[in-house]
Amino acid sequence: MVEAGRSPNIEILSNANLLKLEGQPGAFEAVVRQNPRYIDEDKCTACGTCTMYCPRPIADTYNERLNVSRAVHIDYAQAIPATYYIDPKACMRVNFETCTLCAQTCTAQAIDFSQQPKELILNVGAVILAPGFGRLDSEVLARFGYGRFPNVVTSLEFERLTCASGPSEGHIVRLSDGTTPKKIAWLQCIGSRDETCGNGYCSSVCCMYAIKEASVAKEHEPDLDISIFFMDVRTHGKGFDESRRRAQEKYGINVIRARVPRVDQVDGRLALTWVAENGVSHSDIFDMVVLSVGLDAPEDALPIADITGIELNKYDFCRTSAGAPLSTTRPGIFVAGAFQGPKDVPESVTQATGAAGFASELLAEARNTRSVSITYPEEDAALMAEEPRIGVFVCHCGVNIAGVIDVKAVRDYAATLPGVVLYENMIYSCSQDALKTLANKIKEHRLNRVVIAACSPRTHEPLFQETLRSVGVNPALIEMANIRDQCAWVHAQEPEAATEKAKDLVRMAVAKAGFLSPLPPQTVPVTPRAIVLGGGAAGMNAALSIADQGYEVVLVEKGDRLGGNLARLKWTWDGQDAQAILSDLIKKTQNHSRITIKLNSTLDSINGYVGNYVSTLQTPKGIETVEHGVMVMATGGKEYRPKGYLYGANSNVVTQLELEERLSKAHRRGDRPVAPTLKGVDSVVMIQCVGSRGDDMAHCSRLCCAQAVKNALKIKEMKPDTRVYVLYRDIRTYGFSEDLYREARRQGVIFLRYELERRPEVIECKGDRPGAPTKLAVRCFDAMLNEDIELPANLVVLSTGVAPAENEALSKLVKVPVTSDGFFLEAHAKLRPVETAAEGVYLCGLAHGPKTLDECISQAKAASAKAVIPLAKGRVAVAPIVSKVNQDACIGCGLCESLCPFNAIRLVKMDKRRKAETITASCKGCGICASHCPTLAISMGGFTDEALFAQIHAWAGLALNDEKRRRREL
Amino acid sequence: MAKMKKSGAVLVLGGGVAGVQSALDLAELGYYVYLVEKKASIGGVMAQLDKTFPTNDCSL
Repeated sequence: MVEAGRSPNIEILSNANLLKLEGQPGAFEAVVRQNPRYIDEDKCTACGTCTMYCPRPIADTYNERLNVSRAVHIDYAQAIPATYYIDPKACMRVNFETCTLCAQTCTAQAIDFSQQPKELILNVGAVILAPGFGRLDSEVLARFGYGRFPNVVTSLEFERLTCASGPSEGHIVRLSDGTTPKKIAWLQCIGSRDETCGNGYCSSVCCMYAIKEASVAKEHEPDLDISIFFMDVRTHGKGFDESRRRAQEKYGINVIRARVPRVDQVDGRLALTWVAENGVSHSDIFDMVVLSVGLDAPEDALPIADITGIELNKYDFCRTSAGAPLSTTRPGIFVAGAFQGPKDVPESVTQATGAAGFASELLAEARNTRSVSITYPEEDAALMAEEPRIGVFVCHCGVNIAGVIDVKAVRDYAATLPGVVLYENMIYSCSQDALKTLANKIKEHRLNRVVIAACSPRTHEPLFQETLRSVGVNPALIEMANIRDQCAWVHAQEPEAATEKAKDLVRMAVAKAGFLSPLPPQTVPVTPRAIVLGGGAAGMNAALSIADQGYEVVLVEKGDRLGGNLARLKWTWDGQDAQAILSDLIKKTQNHSRITIKLNSTLDSINGYVGNYVSTLQTPKGIETVEHGVMVMATGGKEYRPKGYLYGANSNVVTQLELEERLSKAHRRGDRPVAPTLKGVDSVVMIQCVGSRGDDMAHCSRLCCAQAVKNALKIKEMKPDTRVYVLYRDIRTYGFSEDLYREARRQGVIFLRYELERRPEVIECKGDRPGAPTKLAVRCFDAMLNEDIELPANLVVLSTGVAPAENEALSKLVKVPVTSDGFFLEAHAKLRPVETAAEGVYLCGLAHGPKTLDECISQAKAASAKAVIPLAKGRVAVAPIVSKVNQDACIGCGLCESLCPFNAIRLVKMDKRRKAETITASCKGCGICASHCPTLAISMGGFTDEALFAQIHAWAGLALNDEKRRRREL
Repeated sequence: MAKMKKSGAVLVLGGGVAGVQSALDLAELGYYVYLVEKKASIGGVMAQLDKTFPTNDCSL
């Protein structure tokens, strides 16, 4: 978010609506109306004085109306744009011309009531729709007592209650009396899977967020008694089942399978009545009820559709298809996030990157025609060569630091330190206005070293470095003293000692700053070619996207044809012909001039670093070498091969994919397709989670529920009087595929739930008469009857799920770890879902984890968009903090080379001697080489030995010169 | 018909996590982005979340 605020190529138009969109793909004209903030963004320093004086209270919508804000306010401290704004509906000046208190008190004179709405005409090549999701009607919530009973809250309200910066400062309280509840219930599927409110779909995220909220609540209040009422527990995301299991074990959360129809209030507490699976009715009293509200279509879905000319589906979400999940019905307009269908953060982020990839394909020829780059003034070498002129800036961080530490005393202490020529306090050193001040002070006082005593360098160091660059000072000449996270926060109870520690930290930082030297920023050119591993749906989509964006691709497939697992799929869940999608994909891939296909080939070795990889491929013609800048791993997964259930022993026990294959061999009779395989079949039993969720694989395979329901419906279509049973643990038809589940029940498919401990058993029984063939049956437990039953079956279908491919070898080769389930691990589950630990290597498809075709395609587009970024830039930046070998001191022992985890140091012959040399572009700056070098020949940029010694000595209270003298004396 | 000249800018409607991510990636890919948000600040619903599953990281 902060990055978006800083990017020179992103213009944030807040308070703005799209009014009109005309034109065609590549050249649209958009009309956007931007409403006034009544505050000048350039002048506002976000100090908050205006809010303090504003007499007009309004409900704080950021805190779900649980708090009061003022007509002039900012949603939250870190909001972007970091400017206050005036709510025109509430402001007395805007409405009645009565009050101007804010304008009178604003010292920056940022308040500007003369601002008018602006209409902007924007020429754009593509449009991405990401309006998110909407809120449920209050009527839906009212059915569960919301609005009438104060202790019935929504999940979003609960989210604000647990937040430390929320209305109750992180204390879980009942809204009726402010007391801490002892017993809380979460009710799932509020406004989801509920046709009575018009939302037949599953919102996909609520099961997981309810478990998260319950876990967070238990961390706040360990004695809480928590129950969650589920219909099915839908934790189908990567790693979600595992985190659900942990939460249940660690926190003892009660999982109750029931839908609670209503909430009653009894003596100030809340009464719930429900019917359990075995038909027995229960009731209980709770102190608080949290409604797990679903994701509705965005409120402005209809106007957006109207203005952009796209179609919506029946639930008012954007209409897309399984083969083209990010394309709207109007070319050039793409969609991402919850507007495409309810989804969680990682999937939204993946789709967002994928949609950016689509736009990039469309506009490849216009790349870099509108973008701007920041230019920095030349560095002032003379100034940097001067004796250290250090400026120390001590940040208040509002009350975060100043509330504990005497920041003025720390500032005055800094004045006494050697080399310090300027010492100042700042309220928020990271705010836009403070950065401006910082830049001016550096220029004014000719500072060549800067010490910021504030937070961790992880938080804002890049921001300060950029400020240095903007005034011609090398960004390496900054040192941060972390007096917040490691001082004020951890010593909040001992303000005096904390102040002394802050002084120590500042003294150390100043001592180190004196030894900082400028580090030149480095970039290396990029080989504009990609390797894509895997020729399935994900691999081909990735290859096509990279090629369409203008770069060469080598597509490596280990099998003898393209297609992967998609070759076995017959229909998508939304009824499209999967083979038509596949043959179209293969044709495009084969005909693309920038794609070279290598069949029967595998990756043999990979060396180098992002932008400059050299790999070898094992091909039928022998070893081939490929130079490439990036790589996409789309090596797929495989169908799990079931053990037991008489699979392999009885030809009428098949997997879902095998069933699909058989059903596809149908011919039409009248208006109905007839599959020979169903001849004589009157009873089909499907068993879910064979292999998944416990047998051999711990993970949920995500796609089998929709697949089973899809195939059950296919059987019903072909032969309506067939009895179809689905034995399941949780039906996880998330999103719009819930429609199929409801349709299947409507058509008489019988769903029976089983527990892990009581798995169904496939048995063979003798025929009724002697000599008759044996019959199949499935024995399972019926909760309603509370006894075992036997279901006769002509056909048993096993939903076998997705197993990882043999990923270990590739994992070692590419240095991308696999999860405990055997799938490749992404760089960050939420924010970097298609990147990996190896820079320049991206991930998509079943290699990342089980997923449906549309999810594979979105992810492939995302992986290829990420892969194109370094290719499009043409150069990659190398972090300046890298190791450097003093070759005079190096004895060529090779210890560094053997220890480097990134192959970033090598031995070279120089004058017949072996010397170590850093491969700068591969170096990650970890410092292992420097810390092990026996002759101290290796130093790390920004962390030289002398700088670190100076810092340590400063802590011990020794000046470095004294230390040197002492050493000489010894 | 003469070949129309394509624009190197993209309009992203919505400043939630999806919109912001699209904008960042497009900027990195060499395009200029107009990020249109109806509210006064970007971030969407994710900015309101205390923590996010499954890792329970802070969402800001």
